[in-house]
Amino acid sequence: MMLPSYLNCRCQEYPYFVTYSQEMEEPGNLDIEMFNVVGNPQGGNSFLGSDVEFEYGLKGWWTTEFYLDGQATQNESTIFTGLRWENRFRPLSREHWINPVLYAEFEDTSADKTIREVVGHDGLPDFLVPNWLARMDKERELELKLILGSNVHGWNISENFIAEKNFAGDPWEFGYAFGASRPLQLAASAHECTFCAEKFQVGVEMYGGLGDANGFGLPLTSQYLGPTINWTAPNGMTVAFSPQFGLNGYSIPVLYRFSVSYEIQQFLSHFHRSGQ
Amino acid sequence: MTRTSALLIVVVVVIVCSSLAMFAIPNGAWLANVPQRDRERVNPYRDQPDAVAAGRRIFLDHCAHCHGNDAEGTKKRPSLKSSRVQQEATDGDLHWLLVNGNRGQGMPSWIKLGDPQIWQVICYVKSLH
Repeated sequence: MMLPSYLNCRCQEYPYFVTYSQEMEEPGNLDIEMFNVVGNPQGGNSFLGSDVEFEYGLKGWWTTEFYLDGQATQNESTIFTGLRWENRFRPLSREHWINPVLYAEFEDTSADKTIREVVGHDGLPDFLVPNWLARMDKERELELKLILGSNVHGWNISENFIAEKNFAGDPWEFGYAFGASRPLQLAASAHECTFCAEKFQVGVEMYGGLGDANGFGLPLTSQYLGPTINWTAPNGMTVAFSPQFGLNGYSIPVLYRFSVSYEIQQFLSHFHRSGQ
Repeated sequence: MTRTSALLIVVVVVIVCSSLAMFAIPNGAWLANVPQRDRERVNPYRDQPDAVAAGRRIFLDHCAHCHGNDAEGTKKRPSLKSSRVQQEATDGDLHWLLVNGNRGQGMPSWIKLGDPQIWQVICYVKSLH
């Protein structure tokens, strides 16, 4: 018996945790994702940073996302750290060699440890501050990104350039992210399969800070690099994992990232009597 | 409100308005926009039964929620059994549409599927005539 299509989505996603690709959410679809990162900063307590993300395709060229963030730090506390709202706009309607996407996000967080981007001089010292103290530092920020993405011979190559401004008056902070990935097999199988190569995407991701308006460059910035993989289950759920390694002493030595996501197709149509 | 905050708000508004303006372009007939060299592209999976079966799986995963499980179309999305798709459009035309999408009308790009899967789903769609 055939399942309704909204229960039957095997949506292909790139296995990135920090890097955004040029892909937009399909109009009407709601993607629910849970991202997690585990780290053990030298001289500090281990932590688990998590966020739940609701991504909705408003138009073919406009995707909006809402996040709820939290974290748990060993020997300290488990806290809700804030929320973020982002919008992505794709200005060019057709596919090009390089496809730009404009990104704007407002965030209101404190003691955030999800590390969904690295900018300015973000780094190891931030993770040594105890939660009770870090919570006093409210971060109300606007984050702008230029996302560039290409699809070449089955590979996706994405680059992000980040500028972030704290409303409290701190200087602009800058960062970058880069990702490349490819399915293990490009052509689909004629028969349903669970662990066949087409269900896996592998890649590499690198990101880090680029200083701020008072000192642009790599000194006192954290940098991370790591392989990444995801697998799409027959029921449409996608699971991703990536160990990411700090490249200098200002970074956390290793971050373990994992995520689970599920996409509900034509979300609002389920509330209409005439919906399929 | 500080001058910096006001500047940031202006930047966001400009980005949103620019995007809206660029997409306020009427749909037009997508078929007429396909470059000749794309129209003439040959489907490397043509006449392969396995490609039709694989294409059906891809169709049910990605296309059926808009175009219907039987490809007859839904309230807002067109049928893929129409003469435009089945007779007027070549495999190359459909490949161009799937790569580029028609975002102003809600049709996303499916380039993330990669060329082999795009050709496979075209095999399936064309088998519906």
